[in-house]
Amino acid sequence: MAAACPAAGPGGRTPDSAVPSPERRQTIRGIIRAGAAAAVAIAAGQSAVEVLGVHLPGAEEGHEVNRFVMVIDLAKCDGCQKCTKACQVAHFVPDGQEWIKVYTVKDGFGGEYFLPRPCQMCEDPPCRNVCPTGATYKDSDGLTLIDHDRCIGCRYCLAACPYSARYFNWGEPPHTEEELAHEYSPHEPWPHRRGVAEKCTFCVHLRAEGKLPYCVGGCPTGALYFGDAAEDGVTNSRGETIPLRKTLAGNSAYRLREDLGTGPSVYYLPRRGAP
Amino acid sequence: MAPLVRTSSTYFAVVGILGGVLLFANLAWIRQLDEGLAVTGLTDRISWGIYISGFIYFIGISYGGTMVSAILRLTKTEWRRPITRIAEASTAAALMVAVMMPIFDMGRPERVWSLILYGRIESPLVWDFIAIGTYLAGSLLFLYLALIPDFATMDRVLPRRVRVRRVAYRFLKMRWEGTPAQKRSLERALLAISIIIIPIAVSAHTVLSWMFGMTTRTGWHSSIFGPYFVGAALFSGIAIVVVAMAIFRRAHHLEDLITEDHFRKMANILLVFSLTYLYFTLNEYLTITFQPSTDEQILLQLLVEGPLAPYFWFSTLSLVLVTVLLALPRTRTIRWITVSALLLNVSLWVKRIVIVIPSMAVPLVPGDTVATYSPTWVEWAITAGSFASFCLIFAVFAKLFPMVSLWEIEEGEEAARLAAESPAGGPPARPAAPPAVGAKGGA
Repeated sequence: MAAACPAAGPGGRTPDSAVPSPERRQTIRGIIRAGAAAAVAIAAGQSAVEVLGVHLPGAEEGHEVNRFVMVIDLAKCDGCQKCTKACQVAHFVPDGQEWIKVYTVKDGFGGEYFLPRPCQMCEDPPCRNVCPTGATYKDSDGLTLIDHDRCIGCRYCLAACPYSARYFNWGEPPHTEEELAHEYSPHEPWPHRRGVAEKCTFCVHLRAEGKLPYCVGGCPTGALYFGDAAEDGVTNSRGETIPLRKTLAGNSAYRLREDLGTGPSVYYLPRRGAP
Repeated sequence: MAPLVRTSSTYFAVVGILGGVLLFANLAWIRQLDEGLAVTGLTDRISWGIYISGFIYFIGISYGGTMVSAILRLTKTEWRRPITRIAEASTAAALMVAVMMPIFDMGRPERVWSLILYGRIESPLVWDFIAIGTYLAGSLLFLYLALIPDFATMDRVLPRRVRVRRVAYRFLKMRWEGTPAQKRSLERALLAISIIIIPIAVSAHTVLSWMFGMTTRTGWHSSIFGPYFVGAALFSGIAIVVVAMAIFRRAHHLEDLITEDHFRKMANILLVFSLTYLYFTLNEYLTITFQPSTDEQILLQLLVEGPLAPYFWFSTLSLVLVTVLLALPRTRTIRWITVSALLLNVSLWVKRIVIVIPSMAVPLVPGDTVATYSPTWVEWAITAGSFASFCLIFAVFAKLFPMVSLWEIEEGEEAARLAAESPAGGPPARPAAPPAVGAKGGA
């Protein structure tokens, strides 16, 4: 093993090949520069793409910016879950997912009430903030939607959502012929596919037709109201339109986890004077 | 050098068993690719499970190499020399396994390239991708640089019958001839990478902790998460190096190179980190105890009494036990230190579960319930496969290069010899061939 000792090798001159020649150093510098330039180019290109919204099929350009809100009157909700089912049917929602979910809440005074929870359509959505690929995005109307062609299924959005409003297709969802015949878009996200996140869309696809979301329209008691904040009016399934600001102010309306600063678009009117 | 040329039957047996586990894990992975993550126990409420806690664990143990090779090198700690190779190898192996774990967790693994094509720099997950990618590249570079002189040695010394490997060694040694100029270059390079890799390593695990810390969930949204994860990583990294030291010491008969003293010194480092980690843990949970907030109380109840309580109590109590074992003189022998290190690794693997899952079990909406999670055989199989891969990478390394850094040991011995001779004045005579290194059975 004596020969193994590097110190025992030939002493003296450094072979020229051991020290990088000026040419090689130039080449290495060139490679590093090219790499840095490429990195900057990629970053710049991506920012441009984000700003122009080129890759986002759901973004509607040239559209007047709205802010859609939902008002839920907890005094009227009787927990029938017809909202949940209407949404599930209309959107071919995969089994087990309730894009609008009705919770039964003990009110601390011996009674209980029902709390429907759609996607809160936050102004500053944690789900969009954490999404690594931009699959979850906000369109020009401020609605948070999902591009299922982009989603990688990391489920960071499920971890980040403070309202448990997001769902995931763990397996391949069962399909009907009707669902499969439809052409996918983030506005009408079916056929559903496995390995991606899903959630309520505020029925963005009904906006053009001027129709109420399926949950709102399907509520037998008219507990859910929907409208455009800019128009200061929200409407329920019975066609009753109430003024938005006055209703919210006069009924101590609240939003879920107001303290988090997410800025939800869903307002709840607490039960008052309930028997 | 012998392990590079001869293979014992024990080796084949061990590799056979590990290979079997890996095969089983692959079957589970195929099942998962076929049917999707529905074959796991994950739900919409608890959507991250043991793949992600395993990911944190493997990034954690990667700190072993950084600590021993980089930090101890910078502090000119001489006793590190026989264990740097094992440490660097453990970092590389840990990171290689770590980057697989998120891929097992993804719903659409075929879209992993989207992270590069469409990555949003605003997302903590993308920061993590960049940080860990950089760390992996850096640690492989570190391992390679430190191997160059030994590649040259192997090229010169190994018998002709390992022809295929010798071709690789000839290329990999980069015309190393041990000249003073080359040695200076190498020293400079190693110094540079030792300095650079520390902030890279720290950032890698800190950024991973921020993936949780940047959410609003109770138990995750804690400012201590960065230091907490880094502390745990340093801790588990050293522990894994200790276990690897014990294994290779036995397998390659390195008893004279890796001594009880080495184990005791590593135990000292482990003890310091253990106390630090206990301190962080106390901070984390005691402050939660004092919160009247409903969410924090639910989390606490989940940890102390709920279905996940066994995990919490095991990881906490085993941590205390290990601290005691490392401190008592009676249990500071090679065997007991290795046992402590092994227990520590199990403890920290479980601890990562305690970090990830309870916070997802806490209900977020009024009226919602506490969620539960039970991993399925697929998840356990893939997890077992990750450990088997880690060990197999080591097994492959052991056949590719010596698990002790020959040149660093010789360098240390020569420096010690020169220091002893220098009072006599004048340049010392050319030293004879170093006695200890090659003569022993295994090296």
